Amino acid sequence: MKKSSLLGLLVLVIRRDLVLAMRRRADVLTTLIFFVMVVSLFPLGVGPEMAMLRKMAAGVLWVAALLSSMLSLGRLFSADYLDGTLEQMMLAPQSLSMLVLGKMAAHWMVSGLPLVLMAPVLGLQFDMSVEALGVLILGLLLGSPILSMIGAIGAALTLGLRGGGVLLSLLVLPLTIPVLIFGTGAVEAISSGLDITSHLSFLGALLLLALVFTPWVTAQALRISME
Amino acid sequence: MAINWFKYSAPTTFYGLAGKLIPWFAFSAAILTVVGLYIGFYVAPTDAQQGEFYRIIFIHVPASILSMFLYLIMAGYAALGLIFKTRLSSMMATAIAPTGALFAFISLWTGALWGKPMWGAWWMWDARLTSELILLFLYLGFIALHASIDDPRRADRAAALLAIVGSVNVPIIYFSVKWWNTLHQGSTIKFSGTSMHVAMQQAMFTMLVACWLYAIAVVLMRVRSIILERERNTTWISELPEVKL
Amino acid sequence: MSLDIWMRENPLTYIWLGSYGVAMLIFVVEIAMVRHKRKITLQQVRLLRNAGGDE
Repeated sequence: MKKSSLLGLLVLVIRRDLVLAMRRRADVLTTLIFFVMVVSLFPLGVGPEMAMLRKMAAGVLWVAALLSSMLSLGRLFSADYLDGTLEQMMLAPQSLSMLVLGKMAAHWMVSGLPLVLMAPVLGLQFDMSVEALGVLILGLLLGSPILSMIGAIGAALTLGLRGGGVLLSLLVLPLTIPVLIFGTGAVEAISSGLDITSHLSFLGALLLLALVFTPWVTAQALRISME
Repeated sequence: MAINWFKYSAPTTFYGLAGKLIPWFAFSAAILTVVGLYIGFYVAPTDAQQGEFYRIIFIHVPASILSMFLYLIMAGYAALGLIFKTRLSSMMATAIAPTGALFAFISLWTGALWGKPMWGAWWMWDARLTSELILLFLYLGFIALHASIDDPRRADRAAALLAIVGSVNVPIIYFSVKWWNTLHQGSTIKFSGTSMHVAMQQAMFTMLVACWLYAIAVVLMRVRSIILERERNTTWISELPEVKL
Repeated sequence: MSLDIWMRENPLTYIWLGSYGVAMLIFVVEIAMVRHKRKITLQQVRLLRNAGGDE
């Protein structure tokens, strides 16, 4: 298989999924609104004291991002599964892993990236400093794709099941804990004036690992679910 | 010897073998528990710093070790079932999961009870306890996924994939939790700093073996029921004495 | 607070009841559940066998 055709396939899948997502803009927006709402709940729950909120900010934003990603993941394969497109994709001679990677990329662009862009605005509500916000965004940029990718494995395993989104979250959330730890750790480090490169390098390493392995694992999971 | 192994990898022969082995494992587990607890409570001395409370470790540590190893063994069986499509391997994985989860729970519970007299709090976010909690979540995820899928083949294979992904993640999770813990200067559960008294080591080891024997016995019992269920339409099952009654 | 005091004055009872007691309870429950599962599975298999035999 020529390299250009693999890349062409990727672009094709991404464009298709983006077009489909744009037709159902409401789905995309609800994830974003959920994100904002969850973040807003925390000050309501713990009180408006700024010092405490500033300390919690990174954690709250990251957890909210995690939960929002989990919610949107149900949509990754379900539409194609229901109308039979997924079956066609699996029968196609092209690499299923590439197709999956394309779907993951489109999903991230539609569900992950908006969260990353929204996060600084919410971070200001928690009185985060500019440096902290910068590190937060950087961490989310590296981490949100990982969430999409690990989540895709869960979405593929739970395809068509009754338990649905909650089951998916139960399966995937423990696996995302390292991303959470390093993402928030980086923000804490910058707030204490410490070095952030190790945290961000770990996130980068996890991202690379995810890029290499998750498409293939997800493809296997799809085959298991579709037999 | 190689031929014998494959003979026992068939549910039919394994069912009978397991049935014969269970009483031996169960009985030895019971005896060793009594021995272990006797050494732990009557032979081992009171600890200089922790007093009597340290004696919780004789159940806490074996439970932790078992929960971790059982997860890996479960994932191993699941992988075998996925790769070689051997039915019994998947059944073993399914049989191990609840026992592993219960040991993880016992580890967390006894850890909390140990923590209360030690640091005054029922829970400590130390690296090991937190990793144990995540391990419990991984077990529960495996059980939940398997239970949510009606088709047994799909259930086995999906859960197997999850278990494998989980095992790969466990070192990453453990490492990141350890990092997180030192970052926040959390406490580490250390045993009194000084070397353990011989009797304490003996008690711990005896209880560890006792827990292993118990686990094997229970898993074998459970897998026999699973075999009965899965193979219920076969002739050899209908010919079993306990079915014919 | 009284729990703390009771705990310090009766460490062994605390350990026995709280830790080993609960652990033993869990083991007993686990064994009971496994035996129960075996019982109902055998019942199911017998039902199936008798139903098959009637045909």
